[in-house]
Amino acid sequence: MTPDQIVFLIVALFTLGSGFMVVTSGNLVHAALWLISTLFGVAVTFALLNANFLAVVQVVVYIGAIAILFIFAVMLTRKDIRDQGPQVNKNWWFGALLSVSTFAGLYFLLQGWEGMSKTASAFPSGFDAVAELGNELISPTGYVLPFEVASVLLVAALVGAVYVAFNPRSGK
Amino acid sequence: MIPLSWFLIFAAALFSIGLFGVLSRRNAIAILLGIELMLNAVNINLAAFWRYGNVLNMAGQVFAIIVFAVAAAEVAVGLALVISVYRRRNTVIADDIDLMKW
Repeated sequence: MTPDQIVFLIVALFTLGSGFMVVTSGNLVHAALWLISTLFGVAVTFALLNANFLAVVQVVVYIGAIAILFIFAVMLTRKDIRDQGPQVNKNWWFGALLSVSTFAGLYFLLQGWEGMSKTASAFPSGFDAVAELGNELISPTGYVLPFEVASVLLVAALVGAVYVAFNPRSGK
Repeated sequence: MIPLSWFLIFAAALFSIGLFGVLSRRNAIAILLGIELMLNAVNINLAAFWRYGNVLNMAGQVFAIIVFAVAAAEVAVGLALVISVYRRRNTVIADDIDLMKW
């Protein structure tokens, strides 16, 4: 066991435990807070993969924006501070069965693949992943078109979200 | 070094947890929380395949960034819909939102 592997195991157990609390917690505010710790664990995983930009974006966009949006939505949609009744529907056992079998299927599929025990090669000398990613995102031979389409999608979705959530009774 | 399999199994477990949340929670916001977990699991896979494949090919990280943008768009529209439904029908329970079901 190298220190890398120990750190990974701790982070993975923390993330999976928080993820389990997200889907089982009865109080939705607690579920949203557990989501923050899950997202933080995923950010650490990105850092372990040397994807520095993704780790920072994970903290800024997911924890800073999406998780806060969830907490706002939870607080805007409750009559009572406590949630009443069961939090899972009557077919929850079917969902549990399906998710366990999905995991088992993925696990056995991956076991049969020869690339599984591959280890990462070291970066070439002078390679800067963040600079390379930035170049690729704006290069016409790289990914400038998907990047611009994603920004148009984001603007359209946010305008649509404002329109859908707009309350005509309170507007003038 | 950490073998690739550890990341892939971790991502598969996170995806399955998210799938359970999507399939079994009653609250529409909790379903969206499950979708976020699934998208994060996919992003771990994309970053892991970038790192363990050819690092000079940035497609994995670029795709992960596109997934970030789509997730932000999805959660904004989804939560706006939930808030709008709550305002009109006074419920966020997915089973009760059955106006278009017959």
